[in-house]
Amino acid sequence: MSIEVNGKTLETDEEGYLANLNDWEPEVANVMAALEDTELNENHWEVINFLREYYEEYQIAPAVRVLTKAIGKKLGKEKGNSKYLYELFPYGPGKQACKYAGLPKPTGCV
Amino acid sequence: MSDTKKFLFVNRKAPYGTIYAWESLEVILISAAFEQDVSLVFADDGVFQIAKGQDTTELGIKNFSPTYNALGDYDINKIYVEKESLEARGLTVDDLLKLTYEDEDDDWAEKDSIHVVSSAELAEIMDQQDVVLSF
Repeated sequence: MSIEVNGKTLETDEEGYLANLNDWEPEVANVMAALEDTELNENHWEVINFLREYYEEYQIAPAVRVLTKAIGKKLGKEKGNSKYLYELFPYGPGKQACKYAGLPKPTGCV
Repeated sequence: MSDTKKFLFVNRKAPYGTIYAWESLEVILISAAFEQDVSLVFADDGVFQIAKGQDTTELGIKNFSPTYNALGDYDINKIYVEKESLEARGLTVDDLLKLTYEDEDDDWAEKDSIHVVSSAELAEIMDQQDVVLSF
């Protein structure tokens, strides 16, 4: 599978995750979101950028529980809960947000 | 979770060259995501898995040692390193990554996760577990 971003063809796996982390650019997230009828706002971007920073530091995509706690610490309690994150990413904050961020599926995520 | 078990993961192999260290780390993160009570042991060449300053550029393999720093986020804070293994390799705790966690019950104070223990103490720790997995 593949997606078209800014005139380039980027390879993805069968679930739509980028095959090559280095292919990522912000437009990738917009294109992936549009495919799932989602329009990204700044709240989505906060989480996407957070995940990219987390991956940069630890080389893994965090589990949802860890993500929730870390978001709460960084962006405030009202955002560090599953309700808020699931409203932004109804397909699952781990799965969907990691995909838009160009990361692999979180370890332990089925 | 009502069905919590005590899991101990024993890591005995050098980090690269075989897949054991990375596979172990993945299973550890998965177990913690399912809220099990997880402890880790690093013994024999396994102590090199958490050595500071790893550089895998020449190996062409991803350096996954930064991932051990995430263990605290996963509430994994019982990390035992065998004293004899460190000594045999001329290492001290200062040669290891500084792995810490924030203690929820102590105003989120940052505490060390690594405990250097003798092989006799390790035997006792192993004895207290429900499940011991060796990698």
